[in-house]
Amino acid sequence: MFPVETGLAPSVGKAANAGETRQAASLREFMHEMGIANSVLEAVRTEMALHPRTYPCKVGVRIGEMAAIDQDALRFCFEAIIQETDLASLELGIEVCPRRHRCQVCGREFVVRNYDSRCPQCASLETTCISGDELELAYLEVEEDGSSAVGAKSTQ
Amino acid sequence: MDRVPLERKVLSENDRIAAELRGQFQEHGVLCLNLISSPGSGKTSLLERTLEALPPRDRVAVLTGDIQTENDANRLKRFHFPVKQITTGGTCHLDARMIERHLADWRLEDLDLLLIENVGNLVCPSSYDLGEATKVVVLSVTEGEDKPLKYPSIFFKSDLLVLNKIDLLPYVPFDIAAAAENARKVHPGMEIVKVSCLTGNGLHEWMMWLGERRLAHKALLQKTAS
Repeated sequence: MFPVETGLAPSVGKAANAGETRQAASLREFMHEMGIANSVLEAVRTEMALHPRTYPCKVGVRIGEMAAIDQDALRFCFEAIIQETDLASLELGIEVCPRRHRCQVCGREFVVRNYDSRCPQCASLETTCISGDELELAYLEVEEDGSSAVGAKSTQ
Repeated sequence: MDRVPLERKVLSENDRIAAELRGQFQEHGVLCLNLISSPGSGKTSLLERTLEALPPRDRVAVLTGDIQTENDANRLKRFHFPVKQITTGGTCHLDARMIERHLADWRLEDLDLLLIENVGNLVCPSSYDLGEATKVVVLSVTEGEDKPLKYPSIFFKSDLLVLNKIDLLPYVPFDIAAAAENARKVHPGMEIVKVSCLTGNGLHEWMMWLGERRLAHKALLQKTAS
């Protein structure tokens, strides 16, 4: 959420990934969602190494509404780092997870709407958060290599 | 088409380092706090007041993060506790690796309390675990009482809200009860202390909270060890 381009070399940071465009590399360490997008892509590359004869089509992530991640910014960053790479057609699937609480009195689990964490069943305020903070990799959809990996661009 | 389940955290590398740091803090009995706020809410002023109030031989150290400049470290060094500046060079938050790197030449066994001042930002720091025992969010009365609703994540994840600059309450339209209500909507039961780092008003309660946290942390570690 902070697209700062200082033009200065960051004192911290990782080596640029092979195939990453210069623009994406310069943005990578300067924007919160860029770091997240980069971690997602790293995970995809790790999986690719484990499944050598497949081509990844879609990566699915779960983001809790309390995770402080802006979906549009994440998509923007993700598209920026995959463009002109061998993964240019990789789709990003985002599942947004609502904040859920469990009542400590009656055990009811419910979705918290409009910050109202009162139990809808017994009206107790003694409820604890059980989800809504996710920032997780869910799945990777792959095709057998050489089949219908539509739109796959090669950098060769 | 095959679907391969991944089922792991996106920031697993950061979380792995944070877990290592947390383990080291526990091993050496260090209570680590991560202070987060928007720029200019008074994190550095709160640290100045805190260091000023602590006994000179207290085993306390500070890591202070900013995008540029060593200004904060220079402000905090005059209290003669170990202080190190983390200059991120553009990154809008601290991550666990930066903490690991900047702690490398400090002996954790010489410390009881590590205060981390994050980069001024209410959004991004909330996603990065630094291995801290708890997060503390600072909000100043010039920022508006709806901030907890606008930036819920950090209020949800912090144990304590320090409401700073209460000396300005006569001059700004800030509804302190509404701010507390909003914070507790997002985080039921959230602890709140109201302070003015300028006049010193309310700082006693902050120091009490800190003292209690340190005692509770020590007690917890002794219980785990026995």
